[in-house]
Amino acid sequence: MTDTKTAIGVPRERNRSGGPRRTPRSARGGESVGRRLSAWVDRHVLAVFTTPALAFIALTMLFPVVFTIYLSLTHWVGGASRAPEFIGLENFIRLFTDDERFWLATLRTILLTAGAVLAQTVLGVAIAVLLHRKFVLSGLVRSVVLLPMIATPVAIALVWRLMFHPQLGVLNDILVRLGLPPSDWLANPDLALFLVGVVDTWEWAPLIALITLAGLTALPEEPFEAASIDGANGWQKFWHVTLPMVRPIVVVAVVLRLIEALKTFDPILVMTNGGPGFATETLNIYAYNIAFQYQQLGYSAALLIVFFLLVLLISSSVLSLRRGKE
Amino acid sequence: MTARRRPVRKVAARTGFYALLLLMLVPFAFVFWYMISTSLKPQQALTSSTFQWTFTPTLANYAQVMQQTDFLEFALNSMLVGLGSVAIALGLGLPAAYAIARYKAPKLAGIILSARVTPGITFLIPLFIIFSRLDWVDTYRALIVAHLLITLPLVTWLMIGFFEELPQEIIDSARVDGASAIRTFLQVILPVTRGGIASAAILAFIFSWNHFMFSVVLAGRTTRTLPVAVFEFMSYGQINWGAIAAAATVMTIPVVVLAMFAQRHIVQGLAGGAVKG
Repeated sequence: MTDTKTAIGVPRERNRSGGPRRTPRSARGGESVGRRLSAWVDRHVLAVFTTPALAFIALTMLFPVVFTIYLSLTHWVGGASRAPEFIGLENFIRLFTDDERFWLATLRTILLTAGAVLAQTVLGVAIAVLLHRKFVLSGLVRSVVLLPMIATPVAIALVWRLMFHPQLGVLNDILVRLGLPPSDWLANPDLALFLVGVVDTWEWAPLIALITLAGLTALPEEPFEAASIDGANGWQKFWHVTLPMVRPIVVVAVVLRLIEALKTFDPILVMTNGGPGFATETLNIYAYNIAFQYQQLGYSAALLIVFFLLVLLISSSVLSLRRGKE
Repeated sequence: MTARRRPVRKVAARTGFYALLLLMLVPFAFVFWYMISTSLKPQQALTSSTFQWTFTPTLANYAQVMQQTDFLEFALNSMLVGLGSVAIALGLGLPAAYAIARYKAPKLAGIILSARVTPGITFLIPLFIIFSRLDWVDTYRALIVAHLLITLPLVTWLMIGFFEELPQEIIDSARVDGASAIRTFLQVILPVTRGGIASAAILAFIFSWNHFMFSVVLAGRTTRTLPVAVFEFMSYGQINWGAIAAAATVMTIPVVVLAMFAQRHIVQGLAGGAVKG
């Protein structure tokens, strides 16, 4: 099929651009340059095809990273129009020795990530096992499970914020109907970070579920049949056959979520903006506030470098842990 | 006895299964039901001191959003930024993905994916400073460049998967015809992968449409995208939750519709190429 397509397509196009057939060695210089260029491209396909994308990444990522390193060594307050002043490592010293807010934000980031991803993994695998069965309307059910992670996160966070509203929200109404005392939800500093984790879990357990489901669907039948013959019950089969076999793909899903959860931003900014007080201020939100609320660009750059290294450290150690296991 | 007990047990297991399924679905569906029902609530039901489960639905909140805000303008901004960043991502990402898949260069793929792993805020602050210097803040080009950091890795990673699945004969047959690499790519490879390209484009558009952090900083009065605009509805004095729910609903509908077309590849896209669907 493709053969004939190109075989017909090529001469036609030549006719259109250059009239009747040309001799191979055309006297016209334009064509030979074009040919030589095309031959050169043929010899360097990888470089020619990937350079534009790599150049863009270098320009928009590497350059900012280098710029951030420079910025972190400066004192720069009050917006982009002012001039930065070089101060060496002072920002980092302040960050590590004189900024409790930074340490608390780091702790919250790790707490939120660990708690939410753990909950997502347990629920996600459970949902995957449930969806793996055959049942009526399974296509529709899968679409519903897909919704939380594709719906605009800001929209979702706004809806949750309203649900948590002490007077107007639906959750307190449910509590009161159940005979329980109403809660102040996100306004409660002891509860707010936990609730952010709940919303994150609601949003992303489906991802772990659907990745795991893809893994379950790809599993071979034989081990299950063998286990049935051996008289294993459903739970034993799940624990001793299914789980070990899907573990690699679940680990992939967990690693993905760990890296993403460290960067949780939209729901926190929309639901609490780091509050009440600083109860839900993670590193991401703290850096955002320092840079764009307090306009301390130099100090925020130092914080960003530490945050970036933390993400790098956690994701690479999790990845190497995974490689070691395999 | 056992013969009679078996079906009973089976029915019980089946009922238990559907009960669990329902239990799982309720929290997911509830939030969306709540969003839509709030958007249809009349004002007195929204502001009453107790929560109203039943009410007469009204479109007043939608009318208010359309009349009192520049909702359509914000939607147009989101669309322009999405289309622009997807088009450029395809232009840069398709050839890169093809070459990476054909010449097996996973390291280059890793460089492009690193944009996905790095916290967005790490390049947001330098980008903000650079764009301020260039006088680019509140322009579409600034937003498109920033959103490319989302769409380019996504398109590249998804397309590497599609290109790897192409049978070698297709490329070889074009070679035999003497077609150049560029001609092969444009006239043979791209047409046969158009289904994959469409899915990648749809997913990249969804990600751009949903993205919040870059626009909250880089967009201004004239380029504000939908998520930023709807978020800012909250700061206009008295919060009108009905209007916010209506705006959230309208903002979510295009994403859900688009997702239907690319449903098979969504998990792959979110998994950054780590999982083959």
